[in-house]
Amino acid sequence: MKKYDKLVKNAVGRIVPTIINGEEHIPFKGVGKYIPDGRKYAPRLSSCANYPNDGNKLVPSLKEALIKAGLKDGMTISTHHHFRNGDIIAVQIFDIAHELGIKDLRWFPSASFPCQEPLIKYMEDGTINRIEGSMNGPLGRFCSEGKMKGIGVLRSHGGRYQAVQDGDVKIDIAIIAAPTADAFGNANGVNGPAACGLLGFALADSQYADKVIVVTDNLVPFPCIPWQIHGNYVDYTVKVDKVGIPEKIISGTTRITKSPDRLLIAEMTAKFCDEAGIVKDGFSYQAGAGGTSLSIGNYFGDMLRERGIKARFIRAGSNKYPVEMLEEGLVDYILDGQTFDLEGVRSMRENPNHINTSPFTSYNYHGKGNFATMVDVVILGATEVDVNFNANVVTHSDGYLLHGMGGWQNCLFSKCTILPIPLFRDRIPIIKDEVTTICGPGELIDVIVTERGIAINPRRTDLIEKLKGSELPIKTIEELKKEAEKICGVPAKPKLSDEIVAVIKWVDGTIIDAVRKVE
Amino acid sequence: MGNIATSGNKGKGVRSDCFVTIELMDKEGIDIQLQSKVGVIFGEEIIKEIKNILNYFGIKEAKVHLEDSGALAFVIAARVEVAVNQLIQNEKEYLPELIEENKYQTTKDSKRFSRLYLPGNTPSLMINAGIHKPDGIILDLEDSVAPDKKAEARLLVRNALRQLDFYGAERMVRINQVPKGLDDLDYIIPHNVNLILIPKCESAGQIHQVNKKIDELKSKHNIENPVWLMPIIESALGVINAYEIASAADNVVSLAIGLEDYTADIGTRRTNEGTESFFARSQVVNAARAARIQAIDSVFSDVADMEALKQNVLRSKALGFDGMGCIHPRQIAVIHENFAPDETEIEKAKKIVNAFIEANEKGLGVVSLGTKMIDPPVVKRAQNTINLAVNMGKLKKNWREEI
Repeated sequence: MKKYDKLVKNAVGRIVPTIINGEEHIPFKGVGKYIPDGRKYAPRLSSCANYPNDGNKLVPSLKEALIKAGLKDGMTISTHHHFRNGDIIAVQIFDIAHELGIKDLRWFPSASFPCQEPLIKYMEDGTINRIEGSMNGPLGRFCSEGKMKGIGVLRSHGGRYQAVQDGDVKIDIAIIAAPTADAFGNANGVNGPAACGLLGFALADSQYADKVIVVTDNLVPFPCIPWQIHGNYVDYTVKVDKVGIPEKIISGTTRITKSPDRLLIAEMTAKFCDEAGIVKDGFSYQAGAGGTSLSIGNYFGDMLRERGIKARFIRAGSNKYPVEMLEEGLVDYILDGQTFDLEGVRSMRENPNHINTSPFTSYNYHGKGNFATMVDVVILGATEVDVNFNANVVTHSDGYLLHGMGGWQNCLFSKCTILPIPLFRDRIPIIKDEVTTICGPGELIDVIVTERGIAINPRRTDLIEKLKGSELPIKTIEELKKEAEKICGVPAKPKLSDEIVAVIKWVDGTIIDAVRKVE
Repeated sequence: MGNIATSGNKGKGVRSDCFVTIELMDKEGIDIQLQSKVGVIFGEEIIKEIKNILNYFGIKEAKVHLEDSGALAFVIAARVEVAVNQLIQNEKEYLPELIEENKYQTTKDSKRFSRLYLPGNTPSLMINAGIHKPDGIILDLEDSVAPDKKAEARLLVRNALRQLDFYGAERMVRINQVPKGLDDLDYIIPHNVNLILIPKCESAGQIHQVNKKIDELKSKHNIENPVWLMPIIESALGVINAYEIASAADNVVSLAIGLEDYTADIGTRRTNEGTESFFARSQVVNAARAARIQAIDSVFSDVADMEALKQNVLRSKALGFDGMGCIHPRQIAVIHENFAPDETEIEKAKKIVNAFIEANEKGLGVVSLGTKMIDPPVVKRAQNTINLAVNMGKLKKNWREEI
């Protein structure tokens, strides 16, 4: 079997394969252009006759659970990433698979982290065929250098839900590491020594996988409340000594930036939103956990406080900053996809207005709407942007696949998408003629804010009109690009081979771009 | 001179810099090993540039190793040149282009509310300094540069003066203490520097020494632009001689005080309230006013406490200072905001300037407001306040139409 085949040019002009790992895929057709047909994927029927009436689904070990679940060659194994860099279960799963001599597994995580670097040896020895999920750091490097046996497939959080729901990816065994669970399989992320807030990324896995295993180190008597994951989907439960490393679950980046340059960018972004009329009573925004995004949230908070108005909701990645705003009464709700610190976890546990969301409610494109489109402004990052506002968030200018996509693509559908980014990092200009990898089409990206100027997408004539006469440094994206190149020089294109090592899915499951092997 | 030389910085936390090792060889031409985080996109350009520099200095056989953490071209060039200077005797300088954006001058009474200190051997802090809009940017060759890095800093500062966009900020350099600092001027004066800070200044004689050297360099390089001086008073003797220093030459535009060294010199410690330096600060203000130049206050070192900085600025303004140094870009806005004329000052200035204009229109020689006569210096000061307020967006340009 060829790793990929039948290359075509898609709607953003990228050459992408339509046969990948032996399966057929559709090339990107344009935003909102591909409308699926048919019915959702249906998991197998189950019967209570096959499950214990006392609700006790405990098996003695993860290994036994995997054997009972029928682990065999070529299966798809899914995990979630709510434990971030404190995850220890994913590596254990593949240690067991290796010990049992299983080959060619497809690992389908909601994201991967540097702590999973030990899996490289299983990709080398054939235990794992490929990763379908975001690849960070060492795993991304491994994939970029063409060492993975299969082709990597990267999906957004919403795209992952869509792929499972539509049956693009059929999960054989889902392993859900849970900070707290009961023996029936009800589970949550708000309690227990490894509390991570919520388990939303595992929702699709629980609903659609053939077999579901819940692993916890904090087993409580039935009922485990809240039951963010329903035991009715679960086949086996396992009690372990430790399910994750708490101090690594909490992200280290969730602090307001001290960098004067980033603070300047944050201040300019907040001013821009204000002058564009976005910051008003009842508005909503998404700001991520990066230092710049956090300070933008802070500036929003200051504006709300000064004017005595309120935001309706914050879409988060939560941590102590939005939690403080919620508790101060500056916002009615936090709609949270993942918590980044213990304050976020505590708030979600205690505050009914701090809502646990899933990629189904927030991002799934093959649903009857989702709330990502209703957010007034989202603040996102990017590694590169091109003069047509197409943006890259997964590869660096040297071609290496080093970042995950998260909910980035899904968020682009908000009413206003802003990328606050430095014009260059060290000597690497961010604005290019052409991005290395297109993750988001330019028609959905409205504003680029850099420390040296703000570029508004010419398609947003409304924003251009509103900012007329502003003292903010509004420039064209070409002007910004020239300014960076004057300082850094004109970068050469990275030398990439024609060989494809991974593909990037759009939110509707079509292929928007392919990642080439680094030479 | 040895066969092998190094220059620059490397290691954890070093960004936008590079570390170069050059070894002179007997044969086999130029061999360049590049280890760079931007090697994929700038590698060829970097290698070409290093070859140009070596060729310029007549080096035909050498091994070069460059460890690069994303340095801009002018930084790499400065590092390579420093290494070359350790290997071969030469009088040449490899000068990058002086960019058009940097070819501006400043005036004797330019606004000098804020001046941002930047260590002269740390490129990562220089690159974005101008975008924070300080009134002046100081590339420092003195206290922030380690003694064994002085030669590196001189060339880096020289190249920065030519290549780094200052975005309109006054281009300043703090040289080393006179007489050692006189040698620094060779690397600064020919590159359109606007102002030189003279540290630990204690006598008019030092100003004359600096000016003598500046004049020599100006005539050697055919420079007509003014080079302003800002002596810094940092000792008891300096305080005593403040007026002599302030009035030593026409190009002395401001007199600054440096409190860290001053308090050490008088045998005390610096406090936030500043009681210990009250005399010295007042003396500097008086000397500056007597010489009709600006008085500039010391830096405030707690970069995290913006409220304390604000109080410090208000005290400073009340004492009569016209500006203050800063060591972090976030301090700039606070300094500008609080040195700027406040509502009461603006209102008063509006009345005075208005009365002056009306008196002129009526052809009256004497300006009066109510029953009070107004002297010309008061009018001038009021006009300065109005200009500042307009420039800082605190007053509309057409304010008189609204009276």
